[in-house]
Amino acid sequence: MTRIRVATTWLDGCSGCHMSFLDIDENIIELFDRIDLVYSPLVDFKTIPENIDLALVEGAVSSEADREELQTLRSRSKVLISFGDCAVTANVPGMRNQFGVMETLSRSYIENSASGQILPSGSVPKLIEYCRPVHEYVAVDLFLPGCPPPAGVILSTLNDFIDGRPPVIGGKTHFGA
Amino acid sequence: MRYPAFLQRISDRADVQPVRTLTFSINGQVLSAREDETILSVARENGISIPTLCHMDGLSERGACRLCIVEIKGSPKLSPSCVTLPRQDMEVTTNSDRVKNYRRKILELLFTERNHICSVCVSNGHCDLQALTTELGMTHVHYDYLHTRHAVDASHERFSVDHNRCVLCQRCIRVCEEIEGAHTWDVMGRGYLSKVISDLNQPWGESSTCTGCGKCVQVCPTGALSEKGKSVAEMTKRRQFLPYLKLMRGDESR
Amino acid sequence: MTIEELQDIGKIEKEKQEGFKYRIHVCVAAGCLSSQSGLVKESLEKEVARRGLESWALVKGVGCLGLCTAGPMVAIEPDGLLYQCVSVSDASDIVEALGGSPVNRLDCSAHLPFFARQRKIVLENCGRVDPESIEDYIAEGGYEALYNALRTMTPAGVIEQITKSGLRGRGGAGFPTGLKWTAVSKAKSNVKFVICNADEGDPGAFMDRSVLESDPHRVLEGMAIAGLAVGANYGFIYVRSEYPLAVKRIRTAIARAERLGVLGRNIFNTTFSFDVTVRLGAGAFVCGEETALIASIEGRRGSPRPRPPFPSELGLWGYPTLINNVETFANVPPIIRKGGVWFASIGTEKSKGTKVFALAGRVNNTGLIEAPMGTTLREIVLDIGGGIIGDGKFKAILTGGPSGGCIPAQFLDMSMDYESLAQVGAIMGSGGLIVMDDSSCMVDVAKFFIEFCMSESCGKCVPCRVGTVQIHNLLKRITEGGGKPSDMEMLEELCDLVKNTSLCGLGQTAPNPVLSTMRYFTDEYRAHIEDRVCPAGTCHMKPTEESQ
Repeated sequence: MTRIRVATTWLDGCSGCHMSFLDIDENIIELFDRIDLVYSPLVDFKTIPENIDLALVEGAVSSEADREELQTLRSRSKVLISFGDCAVTANVPGMRNQFGVMETLSRSYIENSASGQILPSGSVPKLIEYCRPVHEYVAVDLFLPGCPPPAGVILSTLNDFIDGRPPVIGGKTHFGA
Repeated sequence: MRYPAFLQRISDRADVQPVRTLTFSINGQVLSAREDETILSVARENGISIPTLCHMDGLSERGACRLCIVEIKGSPKLSPSCVTLPRQDMEVTTNSDRVKNYRRKILELLFTERNHICSVCVSNGHCDLQALTTELGMTHVHYDYLHTRHAVDASHERFSVDHNRCVLCQRCIRVCEEIEGAHTWDVMGRGYLSKVISDLNQPWGESSTCTGCGKCVQVCPTGALSEKGKSVAEMTKRRQFLPYLKLMRGDESR
Repeated sequence: MTIEELQDIGKIEKEKQEGFKYRIHVCVAAGCLSSQSGLVKESLEKEVARRGLESWALVKGVGCLGLCTAGPMVAIEPDGLLYQCVSVSDASDIVEALGGSPVNRLDCSAHLPFFARQRKIVLENCGRVDPESIEDYIAEGGYEALYNALRTMTPAGVIEQITKSGLRGRGGAGFPTGLKWTAVSKAKSNVKFVICNADEGDPGAFMDRSVLESDPHRVLEGMAIAGLAVGANYGFIYVRSEYPLAVKRIRTAIARAERLGVLGRNIFNTTFSFDVTVRLGAGAFVCGEETALIASIEGRRGSPRPRPPFPSELGLWGYPTLINNVETFANVPPIIRKGGVWFASIGTEKSKGTKVFALAGRVNNTGLIEAPMGTTLREIVLDIGGGIIGDGKFKAILTGGPSGGCIPAQFLDMSMDYESLAQVGAIMGSGGLIVMDDSSCMVDVAKFFIEFCMSESCGKCVPCRVGTVQIHNLLKRITEGGGKPSDMEMLEELCDLVKNTSLCGLGQTAPNPVLSTMRYFTDEYRAHIEDRVCPAGTCHMKPTEESQ
């Protein structure tokens, strides 16, 4: 059996979707017989490899760094899944959108800062005007809403892909928890 | 007694006789109905589901959310089933791809309009809007979000209103006017700038007409109106009171 | 009041006016008033008095003379002379020229085709009678139709004439007026209402305003006849408060008509009573929609409700209600006077009579015109309108305002009637015509009208409330150079959604300008999106963003 090459990433999110992924418990052993995790925050690869079969993208696109990573991932992946509410709707990171970047930053770094009171700069990626869902930047092959998507749905979706079945999401996960 | 037209009392229609019955079909299923029943109520009586949002049993109809649209053979227009009466031999289709696509798109538009973040909502898991996404198979929004800014009014002692989550279905307005008789709520502004307001756009807590009955909170389909002290996913709505109130008053049974 | 008394009033008025050798008609409708025709009238009066000619020349304020672009307009009767762009300092020359050779510098004859190609039924008194004088209206045969309808015809007979005439609603949709009247007359109720819709909201349209300002009694007479025919004793005129002059004149007209007994209690000493009340709108476009209008009169928020039930069955305060537009009512007296068959002889097979248009935009002769149904666009734009301003080229004409469509040059020979307009994706609407030349960007035009509908949506139903915002955002993006190739498809999709699922006519027609411009000016959209170029040169492209 050929193992499929899987990449995962989290952009602007809470990593909760990855935690839900890990919640597939002992199934992970069987699953990892069938996949190679070639890029992921859960493993230690620094660069995005070529020839990815399946990419799971958690989180919304909030910064230039997010956008670049997403676009690279898309260009190197056959199938890309928008993974969890932040990726699908911008969700909690998107709640800043009605206030604008400056108001958001100054609320965090100036108004509510006990010391320092300086805006982040330098190595911290610059925020884009609006935090947007993944599909506003790249083509998405499957949407997996949920905050987070339940572990069972993640597992069944991956298995469907590996077995070459069209995954059926309907009713198994929805926006929110 | 005549009621103003906005109340949509079917009993006022001269051409409708509650005693007369007719037969028509929904999705090919032949059904019988009284002349004064709507397509929606006949469908639901017969276990045929039609999605709704602004409709609420016990309140007057608005025909505003457009989710209950159905196709009627011979008519190029789509009809809101909550206010459309069946006619003899009418052929209604509730589940064609055409209406299903329109419904999903309308629901998507609602999600772009304000800030419906299910995961941090008091009504998470108990929300009509959230349930509709599953019912209509909406997995994402393919329109741009509008990023509009809305306020939260927590000035009332026991309740709060978060306009970010309001879908302008007007259920609160109707229950307050038609059942409680207070007419505290109404709409100001036009178009996408419309906003549900208490009294003349005063803070809810300062409203002199609000009786604090909380019916609006209970009929609100989303987390826009909620009880204070409820955290994420803790707000459940109790709506059983409506049919009883209507029955006691001897109003129409519907 | 008897018919003899009525005719006496008319005769006396006529004799009085004909006693003057010259009658100087000064347009005092809002268009000319705004270019100081009030002062012109005053100075003419002073000039006549200074020369002691009061018994020889009469200075009379009249309604719209039509050619608003050349205002203030002054007409000299009985010579039939027409002066344009008259200023206060011209008064002395005009009075001097009475009986002699006309003042050449004010001559209006270059505009002759503007007048020659028209046929006036609704506007027959406009520019002739003093809108504030009921006697003047009676002198032109006014209120005789009402008398005849009351004394010599049955309500059914009146409706029969209207049906025979083939008159269709002039408010936009073109519903057969006879059918509407029949429906209301058949509704069983002791109380019924007649409503005149004067909530003219289309940008660039001023037909109803001009009729109310120029000939208010005609509308009142039409409404009273309608009341008689359908069995209603109460009428409402719902007019926008932005029309203060129209409101004032219609109120004056009601008061004078009631004093003469041709309106109010026991009209013409019969048992028929018909009271008319003016209600002011607060400037919401959606209140032109009949159910929203009714809600507004009831004192509620002006938002529409689903139909059926139609107002003819369940209208104002729940009673059967007849709603027609100003121009529709204005057509009623002549139909009753001359018969339905006469009216039906004008126009096309399915569109009878004439239509009043407010001609605006990039044409030489902007103003108020009336032409038989079936007149071609070419005649309206090039002959009556006098062609395009300067050396511009005709590009498109928008009919029906924000609910209408943009018709390109290839359809210039199209006949203006309800059916032909629908065929090319436009509507008759209430009669606003906006002519555009090649300096207009069609994407920008579409954006302008969808922005109008977006801000005028009542916000009740989702597709109209949110869909119009989405369409507007896409068009805004395209005109700023940020359009994506997929935007055209998205626009089509949103327009289709809003058109097919909105609650009322506002939403259902709001996408028309977008759809018609996309259909006939696809290349212009493409140029904006693909080449980031605005062919008309009106859109300013923002510098490209990396993120696009």
